[in-house]
Amino acid sequence: MSILEYNGAAIIAMTGKNCVGIAADTRLGIQAQTVATDFKKVFKVNDKLFVGLAGLATDVQTLDQILRFRQNLYELREERPMTPKVFSNLLSNILYEKRFGPWFVEPVVAGIDEAGKPFLSEMDLIGAPVYTDDFVVSGTCSGNMYGMCETLYKPDMEPDDLFETLSQALLSSVDRDALSGWGGVVHIITADGVKSRVLKGRMD
Amino acid sequence: MDSIFGVTYNGGVIIAADQTNARSILIYQNNLDKISELSSHSMMGCAGPNADFVNFTQYIQKSLQLYEFSNDGLKLSTKAQANFCRGELAKALRKGPYQVNVLLGGYDAKKDGEVGDGSLYLMDYLGSMQKVNFGVQGYASNFCLSIFDREWKEGLNEAQALEIVDHCIGELAKRFLIAQPNFLIKVVDKDGVRVHKFGSDPEDN
Repeated sequence: MSILEYNGAAIIAMTGKNCVGIAADTRLGIQAQTVATDFKKVFKVNDKLFVGLAGLATDVQTLDQILRFRQNLYELREERPMTPKVFSNLLSNILYEKRFGPWFVEPVVAGIDEAGKPFLSEMDLIGAPVYTDDFVVSGTCSGNMYGMCETLYKPDMEPDDLFETLSQALLSSVDRDALSGWGGVVHIITADGVKSRVLKGRMD
Repeated sequence: MDSIFGVTYNGGVIIAADQTNARSILIYQNNLDKISELSSHSMMGCAGPNADFVNFTQYIQKSLQLYEFSNDGLKLSTKAQANFCRGELAKALRKGPYQVNVLLGGYDAKKDGEVGDGSLYLMDYLGSMQKVNFGVQGYASNFCLSIFDREWKEGLNEAQALEIVDHCIGELAKRFLIAQPNFLIKVVDKDGVRVHKFGSDPEDN
């Protein structure tokens, strides 16, 4: 039993045409037992930036608090919102600070930069970043999610199309994983705003 | 081996806990109160070794009382108390963890004198927290979560919620290997925390 698989999670983020989407399951489990079906794993940093945290639930909640704190400080000092690249770098540093006693989370960052270009990044638990322009995944069924994304993804999807693709990729992946699923949530971020929807999936 | 369960209803929260204090094959005491009162309108049921439970509970209790003294009688909401509790568990995790699994329930009055809301927070010893309608800590979760899943619904009254609790206690008595003859049930509503029923008087020493 790995610590990263104690609570269970599945998070996918994808780029579209001038938009990004981030989707996560909503299960909170303690190993095999499901404790809650409305656990939040994706957090809004600002109107153009979301972060998804997969891993040990207590660290997900602690890191959410730490990230909000750091983002608030940045916005007070700089008098402007944090760009996705900067936030991703900050998160990477926060994780590496604990190199020999890490936070057990593997985050996913999804946002739109000042020029309106979509941004994605993913990190391991000690902050090693990966930047892609198509999709990033994290969680207990990452293998499933990679397969689904590779198959269903196409570049430059419109927001509604992106929503469909993200939802199907997530639902099919978590249906083959005991530790994730039990509901899902999808956020689509465009220059005009964020549209959040709750997914109706198999509750098992 | 502790069994703690909590359930919210319209206007309050009920927490029930077994009263057995035991280690290995020996029962030290049969009238332990595992639900501590944090403030006038909140309580916390803890499952875990007696040392951690007593230390953690008293620390949270006194910290919250100190807050009230230091801040001119300002009462923290249940959500704030729960978040404080979670923060302490998370801080201690990488230093010297408290091995307590917690159910924190409280009542918050509404400003315009309407019937307020009861809220229940489930926390494990690692510090992960979730607001729930009902929750169970301990082996009892294997028996009782499905009963709650089936019988709990929005807008229950106190009597109905107590019925579900009784149903759970009955199920444990029938199917749980460890005999837990005494259960203490506490209720928090607009009038504060009160003991509804106990199997054995905790004051009886």
